[in-house]
Amino acid sequence: MTAASLTPAPKRRLRDRLPVVHHLRQSVGLQRGMLVAGLVLLALFIVCAVFAPLLAPYGFAQRGDAEGTFGTQQPPSAEHWFGTTVGGYDVLSRVIFGAQTAILVVIVAVVLSLFIGVALGLYAGYFGGWLDKLMVVVFDAIYAFPSLLLAIVLSIVISGGQSSLWGGVLAAGGSIVVVFIPQYFRVIRAETVRIKAEPFVESAKVLGASNSRIVFKHVFRNATRTLPLIITLNSAEAILTLAALGFVGFGIEPTAAADWGYDLNKAQSDVTSGIWWTATFPGLAIVLAVLGIMLVGESLNDLADPRLRSRRRVAQAAGEVAETSVVPGGTLAAGPGGLGGLEDGESFDEHGIEVKR
Amino acid sequence: MSTVVDIKNLGVSFSTDAGAVKAVDDVSLSVDRGEVLAIVGESGSGKTVTAKTILGLLPETATTRGAVVLSNREGTRERDVISLSKQKLREIRGEDVAMVFQEPSTALNPVYTVGWQIMEGLRAHGEITKKAARAKAIDILGRVGIPDPEVRVDHYPHQFSGGQKQRVVIAMALVLEPGLIVADEPTTALDVTVQAEILDLLRRVRDEFGTAIVLITHNMGVVADLADRVAVMYQGRVVEEADVETLFAAPKDDYTKALLAAVPYVGHGTVRAAERAAERPAGWAEQTPVVEARGLEIVYPGRFGREGFRAVDGVDLVIRPGEVLGLVGESGSGKTTIGRAIAGLTKVTGGSLKVLGAEMNGIREGRFRPLRSRIGFVFQDPASSFNPLLTIAQCVAEPLVIHGRARDAASARKRVDELLEAVQLPRAYGDRYPHELSGGQRQRASLARALALGPELLIADEPTSALDVSVQARVLELFGELQLEFGFASLFISHDLAVVDLLADRIAVLYRGKLVEEGTGADVLGSPDDPYTQRLLASLPVPDPVAQADRREQLRRLREAD
Repeated sequence: MTAASLTPAPKRRLRDRLPVVHHLRQSVGLQRGMLVAGLVLLALFIVCAVFAPLLAPYGFAQRGDAEGTFGTQQPPSAEHWFGTTVGGYDVLSRVIFGAQTAILVVIVAVVLSLFIGVALGLYAGYFGGWLDKLMVVVFDAIYAFPSLLLAIVLSIVISGGQSSLWGGVLAAGGSIVVVFIPQYFRVIRAETVRIKAEPFVESAKVLGASNSRIVFKHVFRNATRTLPLIITLNSAEAILTLAALGFVGFGIEPTAAADWGYDLNKAQSDVTSGIWWTATFPGLAIVLAVLGIMLVGESLNDLADPRLRSRRRVAQAAGEVAETSVVPGGTLAAGPGGLGGLEDGESFDEHGIEVKR
Repeated sequence: MSTVVDIKNLGVSFSTDAGAVKAVDDVSLSVDRGEVLAIVGESGSGKTVTAKTILGLLPETATTRGAVVLSNREGTRERDVISLSKQKLREIRGEDVAMVFQEPSTALNPVYTVGWQIMEGLRAHGEITKKAARAKAIDILGRVGIPDPEVRVDHYPHQFSGGQKQRVVIAMALVLEPGLIVADEPTTALDVTVQAEILDLLRRVRDEFGTAIVLITHNMGVVADLADRVAVMYQGRVVEEADVETLFAAPKDDYTKALLAAVPYVGHGTVRAAERAAERPAGWAEQTPVVEARGLEIVYPGRFGREGFRAVDGVDLVIRPGEVLGLVGESGSGKTTIGRAIAGLTKVTGGSLKVLGAEMNGIREGRFRPLRSRIGFVFQDPASSFNPLLTIAQCVAEPLVIHGRARDAASARKRVDELLEAVQLPRAYGDRYPHELSGGQRQRASLARALALGPELLIADEPTSALDVSVQARVLELFGELQLEFGFASLFISHDLAVVDLLADRIAVLYRGKLVEEGTGADVLGSPDDPYTQRLLASLPVPDPVAQADRREQLRRLREAD
């Protein structure tokens, strides 16, 4: 062996391994624009949620300060940039605090449905049998339910329709969980069924590995490829359901938490009388939050697929010729132990051009 | 003779995530009317890219340089494919140049009849009545050797066999009478006996239709059988171009020599097998066999109410300690099923199969698991037989961890390094991920994993058929050395008689689930008794144009005798 062939393969740098950072570096053109726009919106949303008490000029349930009450339906001014609502709240503060409520719903919905859906999907996909068939039927039935109807039922069950912060969050999150478990279940199940037939799983079986070892070590980590996309879609859906709940009147009380949907509901009569600010800003917040999440999800999906990923065009016939698997001469003559420089030193990265299958 | 296509200084680059990659570099080739030019090379040598450029079929990530001048059948019109618009490209495809794809079952649309698909090509190029198109489709199907073309024209692709499907694909390419056909590995997906028929058809296409053919292949036997002239490609360049007799008789370039030397010939292994047989101690044959099958039957269950598929039907075979049994057969002959049954991956449904003393018919997984440490398995595709998320060292350590010989992958590292050295991989490769290794390196790592526990029996299911020919030679050589060193018994499954012959002590030939012939390499390959074995042997093209012409004649006589 030559000394050069013994140097270990270069480790991929951290910035190339982190999913979103890696995608960002990889993207070009319109796809990059979409991803950057989505990331900016998403960052804005998260910053608002985390630092709401610092960013917002007033509390979400505050109707006045030392100088007296704010007054109702005041147009945007220096004190109240986005104006005030019919209830006398500051619109800007409620829009910022609304992000906090929205992100709670997203976390509850995603975490619960992820764990349950993935676990059931792995089990059903790997072991099959009657339990698998039963789960597929049940989840198909649940999938047919409108999520808003479920959310209303849940909100009545959880808090009798009188929503507190957690009542509202759990109602919206819970209905999303119920509706989205089937999605995670189906995706993970389909991937598991596919991976189960891959030779590397069979080879683990031939080696005598136990089922739990195969499922967790070999199947699970390979089945999670599509999860980021579903998580983003799922998050957007969660925000929309919370907003819809608020809009139809099952929202969170204004004293308990800020809820964009509730504010939109209360702004309905304002629109006809020319008061535009009470409806515009919460509405915009919903649109931008959902849009940001969707853009990130959509770009990640495109970038993960080499066929959809756009690349910079290369100059005329540029680049190095890729190494093929053979070195001219001496292929057989190299003999036992003497294959220094035969196949060493070259490596095929995941996009190397091995044409033959 | 005039040229049909003239490639001048062609260069093609692709933009990939790793930057620009040049696939073809300054290639100049020309094909004359009625000539078969074979482009030979291993994966990544740029042969497919060169051929696709002739049809303007490159993906959007490619940039090209140079010229590909294509003339029509009559030689009245010349056009440079590279500078043509998409509209003009559509015109020349089919009329001036057509393509035959590798996999006939995916090249045909399953929801239309083959007649419809042939007529589709006719309708795309000019006005033609339905009746006339149908008549033409029937005519062309008859000419490529489909029996009863009037009836078959209304059949769907799934009603044809693999070889017949490839005939239909060739008919589709011929129907507009192009001057040139580009055939990309036209026989790679087919069995040897079917391959011989398709090669005959392509030869007829050249002689009767006067069509020039660009044949892309990695199989030197196919080249010797069909080509008039050969261009050898290596790393995007043409390293040698010569007519077929000159190339095989006196190769000039080092790479061509290496490529030819790596092709396994039938008959190379018989001497070695005889030597090994002579060395065996007396009483060896009386030892308890590692594997013993008596009337083995494996039936795959059918769908509701349908009868199951009998993959293996009454097979008797024996593998004694330290012996390599080569199992040969075409696709669907049941050879892989037998290998999987011995490894406990497929249920035995009838007869008896004893593996390491345990009866496999009706065995429970829990009882068989301890035995698994004494069996190794090497899979066909090295790319997919490793978990892509684990490093090579972790993959090779798996058997050690599972059977409690090591606590985790890190503590098994010393043994893993020894194993990697045994298969002649540098230790540092243990830290790489499977996709960072080439096909041959991966298959060597796969051997290391199979040998980790020092098995008494190694099942190798087509371990080299996904590899290039020179890499295959290395892996086979290594397999032979390891077998000598470790002394395991082995079931070596392959569709390639020449490969099996290199390694096996005895060869068993399977045909449609039945064992038709069994014996030493010298018996089975030297004087086969069974007509199927005879045909299989005669169908195998040898990489020597002169000898191949004789064999072709021999095969024709065999077919006529049937």
